[in-house]
Amino acid sequence: MFDFIKDMLRQAFISKKKEYYLWLGFLVFLIGLGAISYFKQYTTGLIVTNLRDQVSWGFYIANFTFLVGVAAAAVMLVIPAYIYHFKPIKEIVLFGEMVAISAIVMCIMLVMIDMGKPLYAWHIMWTPNWPQSMLVWDVIVLNGYLMINVAAVSYVLYKLAHNEEYSMKVMWPIVLLSIPWAISIHTVTAFLYNGLVSRPFWNASIIAPRFIASALCSGPALMLLIFQIARKVSRVDISDVAIFKIAELVAYTMAFNLYLYAAELFKEFYSASLHMAPMEYLFYGLHGHDNLVPFTWMALFFNLTAFIVFLIPKTRRHFPTLNLACILVIVGVYIEKGMGLIFPGFIPGSLGEIYPYMPNAEEIKITIGVWACGALLYTLMFKTAIPIYLGDLRMKTPKLEQIRK
Amino acid sequence: MDRRKFIKSMAVGAAATAVPLNQSDASFFDTFFQKYYREMTKEEKEEVVQRLEAEYKAKYGKDIKVGTEEHIPGVLFGYALDLSRCIGCRRCVYACVTENNQSRNPQIHYIQVLRFRRGTSEGEHWIAGASGVSNLEESVKYYDPPLVPQEEHFYMPVQCQQCENPPCVKACPTQATYKTRDGIVVVDYNWCIGCRYCMAACPYDARKLNWAEPYIPKEQINPVTHYLGNRPRMKGCVEKCFFCIQRVRAKERRYPACVEICPVGARKFGNLLDPSSEIRYIMAHERVFRLKEELNTSPKFFYFFSI
Repeated sequence: MFDFIKDMLRQAFISKKKEYYLWLGFLVFLIGLGAISYFKQYTTGLIVTNLRDQVSWGFYIANFTFLVGVAAAAVMLVIPAYIYHFKPIKEIVLFGEMVAISAIVMCIMLVMIDMGKPLYAWHIMWTPNWPQSMLVWDVIVLNGYLMINVAAVSYVLYKLAHNEEYSMKVMWPIVLLSIPWAISIHTVTAFLYNGLVSRPFWNASIIAPRFIASALCSGPALMLLIFQIARKVSRVDISDVAIFKIAELVAYTMAFNLYLYAAELFKEFYSASLHMAPMEYLFYGLHGHDNLVPFTWMALFFNLTAFIVFLIPKTRRHFPTLNLACILVIVGVYIEKGMGLIFPGFIPGSLGEIYPYMPNAEEIKITIGVWACGALLYTLMFKTAIPIYLGDLRMKTPKLEQIRK
Repeated sequence: MDRRKFIKSMAVGAAATAVPLNQSDASFFDTFFQKYYREMTKEEKEEVVQRLEAEYKAKYGKDIKVGTEEHIPGVLFGYALDLSRCIGCRRCVYACVTENNQSRNPQIHYIQVLRFRRGTSEGEHWIAGASGVSNLEESVKYYDPPLVPQEEHFYMPVQCQQCENPPCVKACPTQATYKTRDGIVVVDYNWCIGCRYCMAACPYDARKLNWAEPYIPKEQINPVTHYLGNRPRMKGCVEKCFFCIQRVRAKERRYPACVEICPVGARKFGNLLDPSSEIRYIMAHERVFRLKEELNTSPKFFYFFSI
C-alpha cells in the first residue's frame, strides 16, 4: 500500500517529457501571481477589488456560478455511461468526474476568496441558518457533490489498481445519487439568486432551468476539449464515437438553452416594465453606461454560431469546426452565466443607482490563480489516474516499468 | 536577525493580519473562538465585553462602554418620515455617522437621501423623466447644490426599514443578522463572515460592508456603544442602521440621532405597541406608505405626507 502511494506520487510528479514540467511550472507561476494578489486582498480588505456596496458580488461569484455548471455537467457523461451502458463514454466517465472534482474545488476556493472574513467561515457549521438560507443549502450540496465524485473516482481507481472490474452493486447507488445531485447543485445555486425579491433580474422562475440548460452546453464542450488533449498527451484511448456522441448531445442541450433564453428575452422586452432595466443594461446600456453591451452581443453571437455548428452533423464530426464550436459555446456561456447574470443583478441597484462594475486587475489575477489551481489539480489527478487506467500501475506491482496488459 | 527570531516575527505578523484589532496572540484566539452572541451566557457576555473594551481602549485611547442592554418588554420600535417636510439637508446622514462610529475612510453611510425631480416646471419635465418615488432609477443620490431644498425637487431618505419579514435575515447563512424582540434587525459583527448575501437580499440598499479596516479619528469616537450597535466594527463585516440601539434601549430612552438632529421635525420614532404614541397617531391619521410594499417585507418604517 505504502509503495503504491509512493508510485502514485512518482507518477504525478515525474515525467519524461519536458513539456509536462513546463506546464506545471506555468500553472505554479499563475497560482503565485494570484496568491500575491490574494494576500494583498486579505490584509487590506476587499477594497482592493472593484466591488463596492452597490455591486457587492462580481467576478468571483460570476466564475463560481460558471464552474458550478461545469461540475454539474459531469452528469451528461454519467447518464449515458452507466444507465444506457454506452461503452465508449463509459470508458471516459472517470475523467469527466475528475473535471467535476476540480470544478467544485475551484468553486469552494472562489467563495472563500469572496468572503470578507474567510477565517470565520466555520460559523456556517456552528449556527447554520437552515433551511432558510439558500447559501447553507449550497454549502451542503456542493460539498456533497464533491464527496460523491471523490468516492466514485476513488472506488473505480481502487478496483482497477487491484486488476478487478468494479462492481455495479457499489456503483449503482453512487450513480443514482450523483444524477439528481448534479441537477441539485445547479438548481440550488440558481435558487440562491432566484429567491431574492430585491433583484428583479434574478427573481424570475426561468433562472434555474436556464442554469441547467446552459451548464449542459458548456460543461460537455469543455470536456470534449479536455478529452482531445488527453488522448494526445497520453495513451488513453478515447474514441471518436464517444466524442461525436457528446457533441450530438450538446446540439440538443443548446437548442433547449437558446429556447429558454428566447422565452426570457420575450418576457422582459415585450412587457417592458421598469424591471427590464438590467436586460436593457446588458443589450443596449442604461443612462450611458454600456460596458457590458459588447460582451452580451458577443455571447449571443457565439452561442448561435456554436449551435449551428453542433447541429449540422458534418461540422460537428469535423474536428476543427467542432473545436471552434466548443470554444465558442464555452466563452458564450461563460459571459452569459458569469458577468451577464451576476453584474446586472446589481445594476441598477435596489435604490436605482448605476455603478458600472467591471473587475480590476487584482480580481482577474486572483481568479486566474484559482483556475490555475483547478488545472493543476486536474493535471495531477489525470497523470496519476492514467497509468492505473491503462494497467501500468498496480497495487501489487511496485515497479512502474510493467508491461501493459 | 537569526532564523528563529525571523520565523517568530513572521508568525506574529501573520497573526496580526488575521486579528481584527491588532492584539496579542491570546486575544486572537479569544476573538477567533468568540461565541455567537445569542448563545452566550450572561457571564460570557461580560467577559467578551471586557475584552472588547480593553481592545478599543488600546486602539482609541478612550474608555469605550460596550452595552448589552436587552429589549424592553412591550416595545416594538417603529419609524415614520414626513416626506412633505424633508428638505434633503443630510444632517441625519452625518449625525448617524458620528453617533454610530461609522468608518470615515472608507465612508459608510446608513442613510441615503434620494432626490427626485418634480414634474411641474419647465413644462416638459414630466415627459423628460420626472417621476414618482416608485421609479428609483430616476432619483439622484449624489446631489450637491449650495442650498437645499432646491426648487423642482423633493427628497426621500432611505435607511434600514427594519422589516418585520426581513429578507436579509432569511439569507444570512450563519444567523449573524437577526430580528430582536423589539423589532430591530441587528448584526453580531463578530459572527458575520462577510459573504454579503444579505446585501444582495436587501431591497433597500441598507446594508454596508467594511471593505477595508474602518477608520474613525480618535477624538470623534462615540464612547457610548452597544454590542449589537455602534461599537467599533472590523474589516470584512456587514453593518447597517439599528435604530440607535444604544440610545433607544438605554435607561434614558433617547431618540435615535437622526430623529434628534432633523431640523424640520420630519423624523418620528416610537413604540408601535403603545396606542398613545406619536407613531401610532401618524399611522391612524396620516396618509402613509411603505417602500416597495409589494415585496411583502413589511417594513416598520413608514413614509407619510403631513401637507
